[in-house]
Amino acid sequence: MVERTPVFDAICQAILFLGLLIALVPFAIVIIAATHDIRTVNTVPMPLVPGRDLFANLAEAWQRADLGVKLFNSVLFATAVACGKVILSAMAAFSIVYFRFPGRSALFWAIFVTLMLPLEVRIVPTYAVAANALAPFQAILDTTGITWLVQRVSGIEVKLEWGLLNSYPGLILPLVATATGTFLYRQFYLTIPDELAEAAKMDGSGPVRFFVDMLLPLSRPNMIALFTIMFVWSWNQYLWPLLVTTDPKFGIAVTELRALIPSEFGLPDWNVAMAGTLIIMLPPLIVVILMQRWFVRGLISTEK
Amino acid sequence: MEKRATFSSTTIGLLFVAPMLLLIFVFFYWPSGQALYWAFTLEQPWGGGNQWVGFQNFQQLLADPVYWNSVVRSLVFALASTVIAMGLALVLALFTDRELRFHRAYRSVLVWPYAIAAPALGLAFRFILAPEAGLLSVINHLSPGLWNPALDGTDAMIAIVIAFSWKYIGYNFIFFLSALASIPRSLTEAAAMDGAGPARRILDIQLPLLTPTLFFLLVINITESFQDSFGIVDIMTQGGPARATELMVYKIYFDGFKGLDYSGAAAQSIILMLLVILLTVVQFRFIERRVHYK
Repeated sequence: MVERTPVFDAICQAILFLGLLIALVPFAIVIIAATHDIRTVNTVPMPLVPGRDLFANLAEAWQRADLGVKLFNSVLFATAVACGKVILSAMAAFSIVYFRFPGRSALFWAIFVTLMLPLEVRIVPTYAVAANALAPFQAILDTTGITWLVQRVSGIEVKLEWGLLNSYPGLILPLVATATGTFLYRQFYLTIPDELAEAAKMDGSGPVRFFVDMLLPLSRPNMIALFTIMFVWSWNQYLWPLLVTTDPKFGIAVTELRALIPSEFGLPDWNVAMAGTLIIMLPPLIVVILMQRWFVRGLISTEK
Repeated sequence: MEKRATFSSTTIGLLFVAPMLLLIFVFFYWPSGQALYWAFTLEQPWGGGNQWVGFQNFQQLLADPVYWNSVVRSLVFALASTVIAMGLALVLALFTDRELRFHRAYRSVLVWPYAIAAPALGLAFRFILAPEAGLLSVINHLSPGLWNPALDGTDAMIAIVIAFSWKYIGYNFIFFLSALASIPRSLTEAAAMDGAGPARRILDIQLPLLTPTLFFLLVINITESFQDSFGIVDIMTQGGPARATELMVYKIYFDGFKGLDYSGAAAQSIILMLLVILLTVVQFRFIERRVHYK
């Protein structure tokens, strides 16, 4: 804008600065608290200059929450969910946009509905399914009479069982099963000119070839954006991992925060709690900061 | 919008969508159906048969003041956190869009809160808002007992609303910013030439053009406040004190997994599902009419 509105600009700056403080103060407090010893962290008011115990606190939190194993699991889990989403969503959206088959719009809506009911609201039965992921198929076989038929004919009782509790697939698969990414890809595919698919067909390439050689390379910015969003989202998952992994071998970092809450009648060692919080909140923050360039570029490149 | 150029092989088309469909069937449709079935039966925990009881589970819930408490708390929580998170994000995004000095720095930093896991920020805010240490301890030094989320229900509610809103300021900010970026510059420039000041332009041009985003974020914020709040509640208050922060999703978890009351938890899940769907539909039907699409 070419106009000069110094008073209005000053007010804006003041409010923006206030917003910046609101966003940054919690980070600052976590970092500062993580550098003090237990006595200093509990003084009122807490000193606003960093202390000298950062590494001692980090080590203590690392050991108390068993963060070596937990962070490894978290990275594995978040990466797998993000990759699963990126790949399966791209494929599903391709099918919905580029193929004409009967029941296609019913299929579209069947996938769309999953956006309305997040995992948290159907947590109890999902847990039951995770205990045996093949239960739905067993039930279908039972009700259609196939179980009975097989037993009659061969004497074998069909019993499908695949327990997912305390396993990586159990952590990962239920979180991949939503439509978030499918819609992002659908919107993107719809903006791709028809001529491209026509040209591909004319050149004699089939749908698989078109998908791998043209659509996927074109959707790289979307993939990076979706991967970032999904990585952060799954890193931050809490309720599902809490339920499905009771064996500490499969536990993830975020649920381990529970171990760091100072107990009511124990030592108020907030310095260690904040050190642990710092370690656990850092990875998704780093991903967002690294990827922000892409997001901001996306924001600015839109036509003004 | 439909594609003109399409592929004809139904088999290949179905193969592409099959993995996603399979996952959605096993982990979405089956459990949702199961919840519906359980809600109408009395299920013994850990197997052991069940019995059809019709609407009894629901009648029990609706007659239970403890359940109503969790419904009302959830609505209060949703309303308070949505208003705060969206209001602040909107103001900050509108001002950042003016490209004043440092706007790039603001743009980057204001997004950060969204990257933090709900439980992690729950723990951070538990410390920040702790009555005996942290930031607000100063209040209690001036007037002892004025702030105590561990004992006072209202204080505890305020604490979880602050933590939750803080996270969603970042989320809403991203969406407002990208919506503002897509408003043609020529529009605001023309208005400026006609003598409209910055405040007038915000009210008459930017806000009306932002309504689709406002509407979208309203739906998302309310839905998220019903589910993403779990981690914050679990770390900060565990539903206490005296059930003052026992939101619906926390009660489902507590009754289902701590109390092993599958039927009760399933009935609660069904009500929560209906509530989330209802909110989405109502917002679509009534608010969308006032929305200006370009």
